[in-house]
Amino acid sequence: MTRDQVRQAILNIISDIAPDEDLGAIKDEEKLRDQFDLDSMDFLDIVMELRKRFNLEVPEKDYQELVSMASSVEYLFPRLKDDELVS
Amino acid sequence: MAKDWLKGIKSAYDTIVIGSGLAGLTAANKLAKLGYKVLILEHHYNLGGLATWFKRKGGHILDISLHGFPTGMIKTCRKYWTQEIADSIVRLKNIRFDNPQFSFWTNFDKNDFTRLMKDRFGIVKETIDDFFQTVRAMNFYDDLSMTTRELFEKFFPGRTDVHRLLMEPITYANGSTLDDPAITYGIVFANFMDKGVYTFKGGTNELIKKMKKELLKNGVDIRTHCMVERVVVNDKTVQGVEVQGRMIPAKTVLSNSNILSTIHKLTGDEHFTPEFLDEVKKVRLNDSSCQVYMGLKRGEKIDNVGDLLFTSQEKEFSSASLLEPETTSRTFSFYYPETRPGLNMYSIVASTNARFKDWAHLTRQEYEKKKKLLIDRTLDALEKYVPDVRKKIDHLEASTPVTFKRYTAHPNGVSFGTKFEGLSISKDLPKQIAGLFHAGSVGIIMSGWLGAANYGVIVSNEVDKFLHAVSQPQPELETVSV
Ligand SMILES: Cc1cc2nc3c(=O)[nH]c(=O)nc-3n(C[C@H](O)[C@H](O)[C@H](O)COP(=O)(O)OP(=O)(O)OC[C@H]3O[C@@H](n4cnc5c(N)ncnc54)[C@H](O)[C@@H]3O)c2cc1C
Repeated sequence: MTRDQVRQAILNIISDIAPDEDLGAIKDEEKLRDQFDLDSMDFLDIVMELRKRFNLEVPEKDYQELVSMASSVEYLFPRLKDDELVS
Repeated sequence: MAKDWLKGIKSAYDTIVIGSGLAGLTAANKLAKLGYKVLILEHHYNLGGLATWFKRKGGHILDISLHGFPTGMIKTCRKYWTQEIADSIVRLKNIRFDNPQFSFWTNFDKNDFTRLMKDRFGIVKETIDDFFQTVRAMNFYDDLSMTTRELFEKFFPGRTDVHRLLMEPITYANGSTLDDPAITYGIVFANFMDKGVYTFKGGTNELIKKMKKELLKNGVDIRTHCMVERVVVNDKTVQGVEVQGRMIPAKTVLSNSNILSTIHKLTGDEHFTPEFLDEVKKVRLNDSSCQVYMGLKRGEKIDNVGDLLFTSQEKEFSSASLLEPETTSRTFSFYYPETRPGLNMYSIVASTNARFKDWAHLTRQEYEKKKKLLIDRTLDALEKYVPDVRKKIDHLEASTPVTFKRYTAHPNGVSFGTKFEGLSISKDLPKQIAGLFHAGSVGIIMSGWLGAANYGVIVSNEVDKFLHAVSQPQPELETVSV
């Protein structure tokens, strides 16, 4: 996957978890929590989806890497670059 | 021959869930949606655990734990159940307090609490805002040494009336006291007294029916009347469960039974390390409940006297006096015809917190007498709000901690699991025995409908992680180029 595809994959996951949020206006550098109504259960869902979709395990100590879109891409890109983009 | 309640089950499962409380059901559903083979074993004939109801002659349906839950349940139901279930959740607007210190109605949200504390109790706005902000910001990793009592004293010194307003509903909601860690209060308070109280339109029976349908759709096998006797462990690893003389193999077992029963009774102390068992010894069970169920005669009506009424004759709030068998502190839940559209019936349920030991060691006669007294006192208290209520009722019965124990198999009939320390024991269980998980009311914050359901999801993430890891082909040893 390219960086853009990783970003898109994350967007897909968030839009499934929070269908009512308008993700079009997302600011990559800002905390996801400050922009959308996401709580700790939503972040857990993101972790579960990453495991399901990409066979990727995010250990609990790394959860904080998912705080913003930019940091998520930074963290996930090296781990996903050999994957194909699905859904 | 006795009926074979296990008929038709598969020869082995990815996960066997012991118990069908909201934590067990939600975990089962999540795991099934992830593609695992899941079996639920429940000893009762209904699913739901404490989220339950019963039917009685005269068309009565009586709910046990549908007094109210926080708004978060809507999202939880949408994400882990269905949109349809989430859409049946509606807000209760008429919450009422009546005690010697204050008496008013509130819609139980932050704005209204702020208004009341300002106008009724004369607290300055800044202090109220500061309090709300502080409790909202509390989280799991905070200092545990501060108690709720200290938290209240810090913001509202000497104001026992304010303490009562803030504490009483939470005590009923999860059995916590002024002496529990303030963070347990903070987390629950932020959920509850922020955006109001909600209920399920259609009643508990409708909710559980919809959940069952969804579980079956997702391929979960469900067997009721099945009391699991033992979790089978070999070499520190789960093998399956024993039930009705049969061993059912499973890669993981998720127990929704009480955490202490899971360890001592279902698994057996011999499988745990002494250090772990020392920690387990420190776990305190939470309290139980008494309830009085009142069904109004078909055709009888009552005015709207509130959806939820917190009433007491005690001069001040005290966690201990709430538990006394003679307590005058109770909540009334009023169920109007809107609760179950189409049924056109009214019912009232009174709840008090209670201790098992006050009910457990009585003779049959003493027990019945004490129950009758409980009913009488409850009706006396209710007369004030619903005049002539005795004449309107045609069904009356009570439950006690002994009843709760019988139906849930929980030690001491606990309503709200354990105190705070139970949570880390629950979380550490898989470190003791590979493949053994626990989800269910623990640690105060993981109890209540929302807490239990969310904890079910949190633990299914751990189960998924475990199953995922064991199903991965073991990589051949190879040299890694860096
Ligand atoms: C009187 C009362 C009022 C309440 N009111 C509210 C309220 O208004 N709002 C709210 O949010 N919460 C309320 N609660 C709390 C809430 O009901 C519980 O916290 C929640 O339902 C607990 O869910 P759970 O998953 O922990 O399991 P439980 O509901 O405790 O279920 C556990 C299940 O496991 C089964 N089980 C145990 N051992 C075995 C075994 N060996 N084999 C097979 N099955 C087994 C039991 O039969 C039971 O079905 C109330 C509780 C009580 C008692």
